[in-house]
Amino acid sequence: MDSMQASQAWTSIFRPGSIFRKGYTDSPRNRSYVIMNSVLYHLHPVKVKRHAVKVSYTLCLGGLSFFLFILLTVTGIFLMFFYRPTATQAWDDIYNLQASVTFGLLVRNMHRWAAHLMVISVFLHMARVFYHGAYKPPREFNWVIGVILLTLTLLLSFTGYLLPWDQLALWAVTVGTNMMGFTPVFGDQVRFVLLGSLEISTDTLLRWYVLHVLMLPFVIVIFMAIHFWRVRKDGGISGPL
Amino acid sequence: MAEIPEHLLKRAQEARQRADAQKGGGADEAESAGSEAESSPLSQASSDGPKIPEHLLDRSKSARAQAAGASDRASADVAGGGASAVTTTPVPAASAQPEHTGPGGGTQRLLTVVKSGSIQDVKATPTDKVHVWPHLLVIEFVAALLVTAFTLLFSIFVNAPLLELANVNETPNPSKAPWYFLGLQELLTMFHPMVAGVTIPGMGLFLLMLAPYMDRNPSKKPEDRKFAISLMTVHLMFWAILVLIGSFFRGPGFNFVFPWVDGLFFDL
Repeated sequence: MDSMQASQAWTSIFRPGSIFRKGYTDSPRNRSYVIMNSVLYHLHPVKVKRHAVKVSYTLCLGGLSFFLFILLTVTGIFLMFFYRPTATQAWDDIYNLQASVTFGLLVRNMHRWAAHLMVISVFLHMARVFYHGAYKPPREFNWVIGVILLTLTLLLSFTGYLLPWDQLALWAVTVGTNMMGFTPVFGDQVRFVLLGSLEISTDTLLRWYVLHVLMLPFVIVIFMAIHFWRVRKDGGISGPL
Repeated sequence: MAEIPEHLLKRAQEARQRADAQKGGGADEAESAGSEAESSPLSQASSDGPKIPEHLLDRSKSARAQAAGASDRASADVAGGGASAVTTTPVPAASAQPEHTGPGGGTQRLLTVVKSGSIQDVKATPTDKVHVWPHLLVIEFVAALLVTAFTLLFSIFVNAPLLELANVNETPNPSKAPWYFLGLQELLTMFHPMVAGVTIPGMGLFLLMLAPYMDRNPSKKPEDRKFAISLMTVHLMFWAILVLIGSFFRGPGFNFVFPWVDGLFFDL
């Protein structure tokens, strides 16, 4: 183990501060390196205010929303292997996924419940931020980004709702898109763009599939990047009350 | 003058005294000839200015001696004054202009003191901080683990709904939107669809985005924000109650039912 840790390959993979590096000790210097030298952790600053790590202050809601997004991405990629977005195949694919794919039912369940959980956690995160007055200067704009993220989360959940192509999906989406069809002036056009046709059909399925697995995740990742970046730039999370 | 910090004044005072002392010594040394004049200011510099490492001083001393020897040999036939000219040039600062020398034999002077606030804004105030690793990362890891465990367990015991194949000719009764839109669907029973489906949610989102710009109250203390907190609570409760009614208290024909009487008409 020692000689392996001393090898050039090992030291080139694990940067200074990695706990897998030879001679790692719990020093302030290494604690800083752990954050700075990790592509994942360096979203964080090296140090945060002491109250910022109190679970009772943040309830971890923002971080959990992000984590649920990752969980949804992982389970969603799994589901994509077994799903074809056409009216004739979609429902059968889901049925076969549940019936004959190893862990298919479990992963689909996780994707579904994590999605509902994410809507709840994003919503609660917003409430938490409001009650702490954390949207006040200099964090006004990050609040706006946050409302956009909430909207995108709802849209992601809603576009995913149609994909199983069962009675629940079809009619829930019918109710939802009928409401959007009442947009003033452009109502019919809005509805046509959303559905890809005059009624919900296989075109709608393809359209919402692309929105769900590609476009909306792409957009939400960009807004999440801005959101996290602004948290840092605006001086970390807001102070205690 | 009063704005110059005490310790800097003290340091300048000490440096001035030392320079005066060296001025007297340096004048004596300038009169003495040959290798002695060359080595004594150096040894003094090494004792006063500990910043120059010993081995560097040794190296420069030997190099200088070598140069002196070489030039001595070259200018052997030149008149006697040449030798003293060669020896004095390597140490111009100490012997030629001793009035400008600083504490270490260098030529530094305190010209002015620039206070930190005048050219750069120092915002950092000392705060109680902890390292993200391990304090925050451990919490995040545990939280992520708990949520994963919860989702996994819930998924093992509760299956996601998969009803029969979609059929556009068979409208289920009731037809409900996803739960987070059931508040809007509930509004549909009270208002025109354009108001309930577009205007109210649109305005809601718009006002939500404008919240930080409308709320000009700088305080974050709950006791100073009674109005804002009340308004938000009413707003959140408004949607929560609508969603609850739409989810659990609406049956066939979207008519009001009690779930404990007529059962649930709700799928997640």
